[in-house]
Amino acid sequence: MKISIIIAGVGGQGVITAANIIAKAALKEDYNVITSELHGMAQRGGNVECSVRIGNVFSPIIANETADAIVAFEPLEALRNLSKVRKNGVVLTDINPIIPPLVSIGIGSYPPVDEIFEKIEKHCRLIKINADEIARKAGSILTKNVVMLGAFHSLQILPLKEESILEVIRETIPEKYIEMNMKAFKMGKEEMKRFSSQNE
Amino acid sequence: MDLLGEGKKVLLGNEAIARGALEADIDIATTYPGTPSSEIADSLAAVARYLKNAGKEVPFYFQYSVNEKVALEFAAAASHAGLRALTCMKHVGLNVASDALMTYAYIGSKGGHVIVTADDPSCHSSQNEQDNRCYAKFSSLPMLEPSSPQEAKDMTMEAIELSEKLELPVILRTTTRISHVRGVVKLGKLEMKEKKGKFEKSGLTVTVPEVARKLHPVLLKKMEKAREMSNKSKFNFVEDFGGKYGIITSGAAYNYVREAVDDLNLKCKIFKIGMSYPLPDKKIIEFLNECEKIIVVEELEPFMEEQIRTIIEQNDIDIEIYGKGFGELKRYYEYNMDIVYAALAKFFGIKWDKKESKEKITDRPPVLCPGCPHRATYYAVKQVAPPDTIYPTDIGCYTLGLLPPYKTADFLLCMGSSIGTGCGFSYATDQKVVAFIGDSTFYHAGLPALVNAVHHNHNFVVAILDNSTTAMTGHQPHPGNAIDGMGNEAIAMDMEKVVKGLGVKHVEVIDPRNLNEAKEAFKRALEYEGLSVIISKAPCILLERKIKKERKLYQVNQNNCKKCKICITKFACPAFYFDDDAIKINAALCTGCGVCPQVCPFNAIEVVK
Repeated sequence: MKISIIIAGVGGQGVITAANIIAKAALKEDYNVITSELHGMAQRGGNVECSVRIGNVFSPIIANETADAIVAFEPLEALRNLSKVRKNGVVLTDINPIIPPLVSIGIGSYPPVDEIFEKIEKHCRLIKINADEIARKAGSILTKNVVMLGAFHSLQILPLKEESILEVIRETIPEKYIEMNMKAFKMGKEEMKRFSSQNE
Repeated sequence: MDLLGEGKKVLLGNEAIARGALEADIDIATTYPGTPSSEIADSLAAVARYLKNAGKEVPFYFQYSVNEKVALEFAAAASHAGLRALTCMKHVGLNVASDALMTYAYIGSKGGHVIVTADDPSCHSSQNEQDNRCYAKFSSLPMLEPSSPQEAKDMTMEAIELSEKLELPVILRTTTRISHVRGVVKLGKLEMKEKKGKFEKSGLTVTVPEVARKLHPVLLKKMEKAREMSNKSKFNFVEDFGGKYGIITSGAAYNYVREAVDDLNLKCKIFKIGMSYPLPDKKIIEFLNECEKIIVVEELEPFMEEQIRTIIEQNDIDIEIYGKGFGELKRYYEYNMDIVYAALAKFFGIKWDKKESKEKITDRPPVLCPGCPHRATYYAVKQVAPPDTIYPTDIGCYTLGLLPPYKTADFLLCMGSSIGTGCGFSYATDQKVVAFIGDSTFYHAGLPALVNAVHHNHNFVVAILDNSTTAMTGHQPHPGNAIDGMGNEAIAMDMEKVVKGLGVKHVEVIDPRNLNEAKEAFKRALEYEGLSVIISKAPCILLERKIKKERKLYQVNQNNCKKCKICITKFACPAFYFDDDAIKINAALCTGCGVCPQVCPFNAIEVVK
């Protein structure tokens, strides 16, 4: 078995933490797991990309068109990694663009979000959620990564039990934020239920 | 704390090296931080502080040294006092330490000493992608190259052991895709004891020419012994998947090769080299004799390939060998599965459609944080300096001044080069020169250059951007701080006194967040005939935000705003954004630094009441 996932976003969104939570949960279930991260100056608004691979894997980097899923915390970052996802793979993305500061001063452009979604849909299955809104409802925008995790886990691409992930969250997140994050995970999961019933 | 745990843990390659050092019961660890090596030392610092806070004895000494050369010299001395040591740095850090390294090899070591160099193929966060395996050959020192976090831990321990057997420091060479990869690591026993060493005055340890001449052949003899150890090393092993085609590989490249065996269903033998200097010549000859043709898959320089080609020629072996230049196996950038699969498919004669990354997406480069004091310094300088002013820059967050709209970075070589090249530009041209250097970088390699500038009376401005930390690599302390890496009290350098003590006549200390003060100070410095130093002092906003919970928030008063866009196009704080046609401030990003109201010509930026 090989599962390859890309988690992508912008510095400060909790991308690396999300990847770590999956990795630790995989170890709890005794899977081999490798993650790789690129975060030169992550806190400074650059893009952050993490790969998570579970099973009989050696390479920390995912080959083009082989990722089972992209979990993107920002639409442009979903598009940036699109060439990594396999045909019929899944792109789960948040819908709220973060405009790169250089675009604000007139260097480069941010494509219309609908165009981004169209491009993704041509290639694979697209699932959009407003994770910012859900995270705020859960108590803080900082729980966005856990909202995304909750939503992604319910897609059943990860071979991991929900309880393993929740256990890692309880072990790694400071105590006063645990309840808020449990709520965020659950709300992410429920959002997916709503999404799939709409699409049936 | 995972680093002190047991059983199996998911560890970063760098954490695994730190754990390996703890399992090997090292006594001394020294470093200067640099991506992708920083977490090795940061992990040891965290362990030290954790034990200290728990009221336990810290069984090792740890130091963020002023630079890599001092870090290596410190550990070399400790080794000669019989202690076990680890020194870690990024690849270019070893250039700084290389003067010590080359002669340290002659003298050798006593207590086991592992020197970690973390290379950065593809320059993810570096100014070059030099292959530091060449240092092993250049200095004649043994080298280990892990492929995974597990091997990173195991090889750290092996390096200490080899070092004690050979009485030589041993290089452990990682790359970004080892240091910044997480994987499952099986932990061993921790038995850490504090020790004090003793220096015995017995050996040949003063390298005057006569001694050096004696030591060089001794070193080469030790390396012959090292080659025998390499021939027996458990880290040099063959995996046989059938067939007569051989692949020789090491480091990160092994992972892509190994996975290709499964995915492309390759019949082959893999010689995985973990101790890559000296190469296991006898084992390689055996391997070559078992193969019809071979391919060497290694990142960057043809380090193993050239040596293997020599072995083939010297032993008159009849075999086809491929490596650099075959398929897309190049001497630049890191490898990945796509590159290695394509090359192996060609080597094995398998049809392979290479999947290309398709479109070009708008870049999202890192930028100076909202509230970063460097932005204010750059804004102030640009207001008063002539347009053709030359801005030599240095290594740190402030290198981001390269980006528009500031464009306050014109020339960069290495740590400390802003002042050295500033001397050169000021002599070679009639242009004004403002050299930017951070505080940690200043202590690291700026000091000797400043002495040079003072002594020769060069005419330019040095702006020391003093944010009280080593920000870019993760806020490590430096000599300007009153606390060291272990959490002990330290003596803080007084930057102003240091600069004045070196003989700089025109010195001003400013808070760049007061723009007028900053502009006036730079004006005076630019007009001054001779060397002037501006110490632009304000804390890194990321640190200040952790300490200061209360902050003022700013907003744009839409009635006053004339949409001149100076706040966006000239000041370029990422907290500003367009909402339809209105300019607004993102409250989640605003740090309340208070600089933008000074930038706005229409008093349109006000405190949120």
